[in-house]
Amino acid sequence: MVAFLVRRSFGMIIVLLAVSFATYLIFFKIPGGDVAGRIAGKQATPANIADIRQKLGLDQNVFVQWWDMMKQLLTGSLISYYDGTNVVQQIKEGMPETFSLCIGAGIIWLGFGVLVGTISAVTAGGASDRAITALALIGISLPVAWLGLLLRYFFAGEGGAVAWFPDGGYVPLTTNPWQWFYHLLLPWFTLAILFIGFYGRVLRSNILDTINEDFVRTAKAKGLSSRRILVKHTLRASLIPIVTLFGLDFAAVLGGGAIITETVYSIHGVGYYAAQSIHQQDLPPLMGVTLYGAAFIVIFSTLVDVAYAYLDPRIRLT
Amino acid sequence: MTVLDESAESGETPLLEVRHVKKYFPVRRGVLQREVARVHAVDDVSFAIREGETLGLVGESGCGKSTLGRTIVRLLEPTEGEIIFQGTPIQKFGTRKLRPLRREMQMVFQDPYASLNPRKRVGTIVSDPMRIHDIGSRAEQKRRVGEILETVGLSPEHYNRFPHEFSGGQRQRIGIARALALRPKLIVADEPVSALDVSIQSQMLNLLDDLQNELQLTYLFIAHDLGVVRHVSDRIAVMYLGKIVELSPAEELYTRPIMPYTEALLSAVPIPDPDLAEKRERIVLEGDVPSPINPPSGCRFHPRCRYATDVCKEVEPPLVDYGNSHLAACHHPLNVDEATLQRVGVAERHTPADADETALPQDTSGSSNPAVTPTRDTHSS
Amino acid sequence: MAERLLEVNDLNVRFATEDGIVRAVEGISFELERGKVLGIVGESGSGKSVTAMTLMGLTRGVNARFEGEVLYKGKDLLKVSDADMQNYRGNELGMIFQDPMTSLNPVYRIGEQIVEAIQAHEKVDKRTARARTVELLRQVGIPNPETRVDSFPHEFSGGMRQRAMTAIALSCNPSILIADEPTTALDVTIQAQIVELINRLKDDFDSAVIFITHDLGVIAEIADEIIVMYAGRVVERGSKRDIFYDPQMPYTWGLLGSIPRLDRPRPERLHTIEGAPPSLINAPEGCKFRPRCPHAFEKCREEPGLENRVETPGHFDRCWLDVEYKRAHRDETTSPGGTVEAA
Repeated sequence: MVAFLVRRSFGMIIVLLAVSFATYLIFFKIPGGDVAGRIAGKQATPANIADIRQKLGLDQNVFVQWWDMMKQLLTGSLISYYDGTNVVQQIKEGMPETFSLCIGAGIIWLGFGVLVGTISAVTAGGASDRAITALALIGISLPVAWLGLLLRYFFAGEGGAVAWFPDGGYVPLTTNPWQWFYHLLLPWFTLAILFIGFYGRVLRSNILDTINEDFVRTAKAKGLSSRRILVKHTLRASLIPIVTLFGLDFAAVLGGGAIITETVYSIHGVGYYAAQSIHQQDLPPLMGVTLYGAAFIVIFSTLVDVAYAYLDPRIRLT
Repeated sequence: MTVLDESAESGETPLLEVRHVKKYFPVRRGVLQREVARVHAVDDVSFAIREGETLGLVGESGCGKSTLGRTIVRLLEPTEGEIIFQGTPIQKFGTRKLRPLRREMQMVFQDPYASLNPRKRVGTIVSDPMRIHDIGSRAEQKRRVGEILETVGLSPEHYNRFPHEFSGGQRQRIGIARALALRPKLIVADEPVSALDVSIQSQMLNLLDDLQNELQLTYLFIAHDLGVVRHVSDRIAVMYLGKIVELSPAEELYTRPIMPYTEALLSAVPIPDPDLAEKRERIVLEGDVPSPINPPSGCRFHPRCRYATDVCKEVEPPLVDYGNSHLAACHHPLNVDEATLQRVGVAERHTPADADETALPQDTSGSSNPAVTPTRDTHSS
Repeated sequence: MAERLLEVNDLNVRFATEDGIVRAVEGISFELERGKVLGIVGESGSGKSVTAMTLMGLTRGVNARFEGEVLYKGKDLLKVSDADMQNYRGNELGMIFQDPMTSLNPVYRIGEQIVEAIQAHEKVDKRTARARTVELLRQVGIPNPETRVDSFPHEFSGGMRQRAMTAIALSCNPSILIADEPTTALDVTIQAQIVELINRLKDDFDSAVIFITHDLGVIAEIADEIIVMYAGRVVERGSKRDIFYDPQMPYTWGLLGSIPRLDRPRPERLHTIEGAPPSLINAPEGCKFRPRCPHAFEKCREEPGLENRVETPGHFDRCWLDVEYKRAHRDETTSPGGTVEAA
């Protein structure tokens, strides 16, 4: 196990270095022109631009620039080109909001996904299965932005048809737990609905495969109750692939991937920050957010592998 | 090896020669994934096969016979040793050099349900080899496929069907058809009938026999069933934990097994005759085959051998020729008379007194059919 | 007279599928007494596994239809409720399956799987169940059972896994042990061990055994009475000696002749039964073996009943051929290489 973790850590560092370098290169290749020119504004003279360029160190070679930026990031002194704010600080401020959104949504989508998938598989071919399948497909097909806006339009705030929910925004948990919860309900649902549909379908398919396995037949031959067979034998085996899926999906949203949901509901988390930075074509925050997200994915993928080895004793970690 | 001696005399090269082949698989652990142990799947195997011959290769699961088969057709590269096909050493050939060889040697696999691509039609499966090696035009290929399908007992009309539309026995025929598509010289058949019902098995064995005569094929027939192997083989090699422990002309293996492991294997084969089954002495081997990662010292069979003595634990017995091209590796060979022992002789060797029994099925009618009543030789310690 | 545990009368099992009605089992009848071994011999599609699964109630489902009776100690298992059947399963009827590698759940330890079987039917605490599990493992011949009880299935070899499966099947002291091709996936040396094990356990646990296989060699060692099945029917039934020394069905001759035998000289060609088993959806008229039988004649268009046509009572067959004719001609099939002179 230790050997495995050590090797994975090395791998992780290499991945992150590669991601950051690729991000840097891409940024400089995208159209949108000269960074210094943009920052200097419309009235700038070539001298202004040159001056800014030199101040920001943009006249040096790519590797040096990149390395400088990495140093700044790691020491927490990376500054945004756009508004001079500290990138790492901004990310830190966004974390509680993103975490609140994602952890809540994650619990909901995992719980309901499993429930829905199991019911669908157990009643396969019947009316409930068909209804659930239809709903799942709708859930998967709804664009998040559209759904979010629709929900806000109908159910939220004074502008909505019914004011059942607050119209976006975020209240910190420490300030007012009930408000925190109340404000997050719609965003949770919006983010979760896509995943519930997807996970439900995947689990249904896994369960239907597992039911035909020989060891399930043995369990029946032992005279175990149907519930026990379902939970201890069928589900246990069918859930293992879901663990992988969940690990990576969760890492992605936690790392600032719920960009659309956060924007639609004005939740100023890491995803929101990422959206802003893209809009402003502001490299330092983008670099910060990208690496932040990449780190989550790499860490969680290692966690998933460890979990897998725990869940399936045949797997040996190398 | 005796086959080599004979062919050296007649000037004929054996079709396939295997010299001191070893195939080890590394077991890696630790941060740097260092090799901490090896699986000795095939551990110094040598033999030769003449053209037109069938060599049977038997052993239990884990003895390395499948690995050896795959190494011979170069699906795997041997760790050490030489594989000489038609006089050319091929053990180090890369993909490019192996390509033309693939026309000459083919493999038939065990599981007819898993070894055919379910998304391809039968015609494609059988014609693919021809396509890959650019043999003939499309029309010719199709015609040839029809011919081969008939040869294996299927109909040319099956060209457009998918594997799942066929039974296990028919699928195995398709697998054989595919192997024959390029008119190979050597076919390595890895347990080709193990997954089949007994009546289909006999159809398949007769077919393989007929094909050999018709197409001048040479077979390496791998199996764990001694009955099946006897029917098809000219000579039989017995493998245990990566080594060949006995190599003998087919009939003689059954009447005069020399190595106690062979004796035990024969004794384990069930006989469909209740009276004989009751009367025979069964040697039921204790325990399982040990791991090939850490094979036992000396003779690898010693922990399970009922005749084992101290020398067996310490010294690995070499393969020795006991006459009539019958080789065996054992410190206490069975069914060997004093004279032969002397001829072969290493001073230490002796046969234990209680090795009078053999566990072959005995025919109680007292007939002197040598196939049933083995010749027993007197021993002296 | 040993206790009659099982009486199957005229069992029919049919499945409704997309392609039509599959008549998997037609008109099977047999009895089983305590301490006896019944061998069921047949190839793929003969209905032997469906029969076994039906005895265990594992074929119950939306698409299955049953007729006839399966009387276990007087109670018809076809008619009991699902809940009651669950009580019988694993408790009074134990089953071992063919492939021990896939039949054990890979994520649970062997001990856990046996304890689960025990606790499903008996009110015992974990400690007692575990102690019994260790004993069971010892009885089935697993060395160091105290340590190996916590092993996972993939840490066992094929033979040991099959022993563990046997322990599961016997965990609640069933009266009947059903073994569905328990040795087919194993090496011949391990096969011998398992057969010996089942023989011994039958006496230790005072159970009856139903042993299903296509391997006549194995049957010769273990069975007292034998049923030969073909196309869902019993085509021959009799004691072990009857079947091997006086077989009455050409199909049985075919099976005997197809096996490469070590106790006989090697034949030029093995006997084969030409053709393939019939479809269970559209079975041919008359005797189901007729299309493949070299001895078929006009009367075979009418399906023979399972009757006792020979001197020995208890030996039944479904063949119209004259007994004298059979005895004169069967050696060509059963012993293609010739036999050694009969005593």
